[in-house]
Amino acid sequence: MREGMFRNLSGCAISGMFSKSGKRFSGKYIIESISVMHERSNGLGGGFAAYGIYPEYKEYYAFHIFYDNKFAKEDCENFLEEHFDIINLSKIPTRKIPEITDEPLIWRYFVTPLPTKLADSQLDEREYVVKCVFRINTSVKDAYIFSSGKNMGIFKAVGFPEDVGRFYCLEEYEGYCFTAHGRYPTNTPGWWGGAHPFGLLDYSVVHNGEISSYDANRRAIEMYGYKCTLKTDTEVIAYIIDYLHRKQGLTFKEICSVIASPFWSTIESRPREEREELEYLRSIFDSQLINGPFSIIVGFEGGILALNDRLKFRSMVVGEKDDMVFVASEEAAIRLIQNDLDRVWAPKGGEGVIFTIEKGIM
Amino acid sequence: MAVNYIYPDYEIVRNYERCINCRVCERQCANEAHLYLSESNKMTADDTRCVNCHRCVSLCPVRALKIVKTDHTFKENANWSGKSINEIYKQAESGGVLLSSMGNPENYPVYFDKILLNASQVTNPSIDPLREPMETRVYLGPKPKKIERDDKGRIKTDLPPHLMLSLPVMLSAMSYGSISYNAHESLARAVAEAGTLYNTGEGGLHEDLYKYGKNTIVQVASGRFGVHKKYLSSGAAIEIKMGQGVKPGIGGHLPGAKIVGDISKTRMIPEGSDAISPALHHDIYSIEDLRQLVYSLKEATGYTKPIIVKIAAVHNVAAIASGIARSGADIIAIDGFRGGTGAAPTRIRDHVGIPVELALASVDKRLRDEGIMYLLLPEEAFVPVLMSLKPLLLARIVFI
Repeated sequence: MREGMFRNLSGCAISGMFSKSGKRFSGKYIIESISVMHERSNGLGGGFAAYGIYPEYKEYYAFHIFYDNKFAKEDCENFLEEHFDIINLSKIPTRKIPEITDEPLIWRYFVTPLPTKLADSQLDEREYVVKCVFRINTSVKDAYIFSSGKNMGIFKAVGFPEDVGRFYCLEEYEGYCFTAHGRYPTNTPGWWGGAHPFGLLDYSVVHNGEISSYDANRRAIEMYGYKCTLKTDTEVIAYIIDYLHRKQGLTFKEICSVIASPFWSTIESRPREEREELEYLRSIFDSQLINGPFSIIVGFEGGILALNDRLKFRSMVVGEKDDMVFVASEEAAIRLIQNDLDRVWAPKGGEGVIFTIEKGIM
Repeated sequence: MAVNYIYPDYEIVRNYERCINCRVCERQCANEAHLYLSESNKMTADDTRCVNCHRCVSLCPVRALKIVKTDHTFKENANWSGKSINEIYKQAESGGVLLSSMGNPENYPVYFDKILLNASQVTNPSIDPLREPMETRVYLGPKPKKIERDDKGRIKTDLPPHLMLSLPVMLSAMSYGSISYNAHESLARAVAEAGTLYNTGEGGLHEDLYKYGKNTIVQVASGRFGVHKKYLSSGAAIEIKMGQGVKPGIGGHLPGAKIVGDISKTRMIPEGSDAISPALHHDIYSIEDLRQLVYSLKEATGYTKPIIVKIAAVHNVAAIASGIARSGADIIAIDGFRGGTGAAPTRIRDHVGIPVELALASVDKRLRDEGIMYLLLPEEAFVPVLMSLKPLLLARIVFI
């Protein structure tokens, strides 16, 4: 059995940390933070997203790819060479540890679209990259791109998250933002691609919850050219965010009003201008409303977003200290890293907490 | 009178040990099925007049009456059911076409009835309906492909013409004339209270009911009865009826005897004249003509009303729907073979059309594959509202 062949439900732990000034720090803190919530995972999936880790290649898309065998690698590299300039390629450094076994081939490519191919496609650059990623993930057998943004990377595996962090030597990376995920799936996935975070371009999502509206959301998003191959909630959330932000140009605050829209009774009690906007967003993007319990941390270029479902059926705490922002399923995962907090609070259901490097809290 | 082979469907059974000859049944029966025989001081009944309305049964003070289905029979077999034999007799008797009302009554599968609800328990906690809101509001209508912003970066919030329903249930079309003024007003008042919409059908709209306009869908069908600018502007949406699920390809006929007084005035035809709706709109011989009607109606109402196109569930319904979605129509309604009618040829009603569930699935798939999904309105079934955000239209339920 492989992820994507069945619907896999899960409980989870999430954690994230972000420097408002864009200062880079080591990945060791996020490993420590997520390890406190060991009990919230069951060893069947863990992963991290790290932003600002490839400054020397920040102009290029960083593809992280799993291969089941060398033939897949050959096929995939042929495709990449046809469509991209490959600036650099290497194995992703890993550390042999007994807790993580059965690893696939894990490679990293820094690429930029071939100008002639890009011009022929009549697509903008990011759409071109997305189309190529989907093409590989759906039609190149045994190859799977699990990270495709610029100056960021996703690292994930089957195992407990703290072991996954050690496996990928995450402490050797420095970034301005890290998110982490420990998974407690109710089925055995047995495949690394199914672990979280899930990402597309520089958007990444870690998610604790189970969305009841999965199929409605999936059917709607597939109309816009996305292909949901993994049957996990997180995949569909990542695509919804990409669609609303990149394709529709909504701000992250507006995106919160779509995916965790206030109830109609709440919308009606708001002042006129706000009410009209909320009603508009909710009625236009009704298929992107996410129902059911969730807490998510979305990473994107230069920022972080934390959001709960509107009834707040999953725990999520935010803490701030000077330049740093912390988000986690449990306060302990924040206190372990920074016990002396300026402010700590549990955001209300549906209330998005957004930080970006330029402006601080929005 | 010619010999009639048709035995009444129902028999009136009277328990003479209980009957006290009070004659309530006789006085109350609108069809004069009950008779008092003075010579023998006894009540009797004529089963041929009984329509099984139960008025006498409920008013009998001593519970002496009941109505039973007759066990009278033909020499039936699997090829020739009593129903078929009966219908042949009936049709042979007059040479006319047998007419029936309501939806297809045959024992074909009803897929909606086989759907059960999923429930939450652990990974997805169950929600207490007494504490947490359950929302049923639905918007119907087109959506802009791209949002637009003003100079200050605020989203322009003008929605294209649309419908907003508090419940994903609407009443399907029943015309004034096929049902009475009081029935029409009852529907209008009920939907106004429930925050949803009813549909005028093709008989126009009595002026007294214009005040329920925001809960009214006005219909334009092939007979164009009662269609004028004020009528079109009075409703919240306009529906073009291209087909009816229970009788695809068949028009309508309201006999002249029913065209009296306000009905004649509302339909804008002389009293006593038959109101015949042709099988097709005589200005629509293909999809490009339909597009012209859609835009004529939009022009007539200043692009302020969403236009619904209602089609019957038939084998190529997906292709038709795809064409309609590109015709300028804002909402597509699909009517299945169990959708209602005032009158349809019995043979058509019982043997033409397909279930709305199959049509809905194929249209849904096609429109999604083409990336042009609209909200669809399946007619004629009632499903718990939370199961689906797709609204359902119902008529039979209202008049049980």
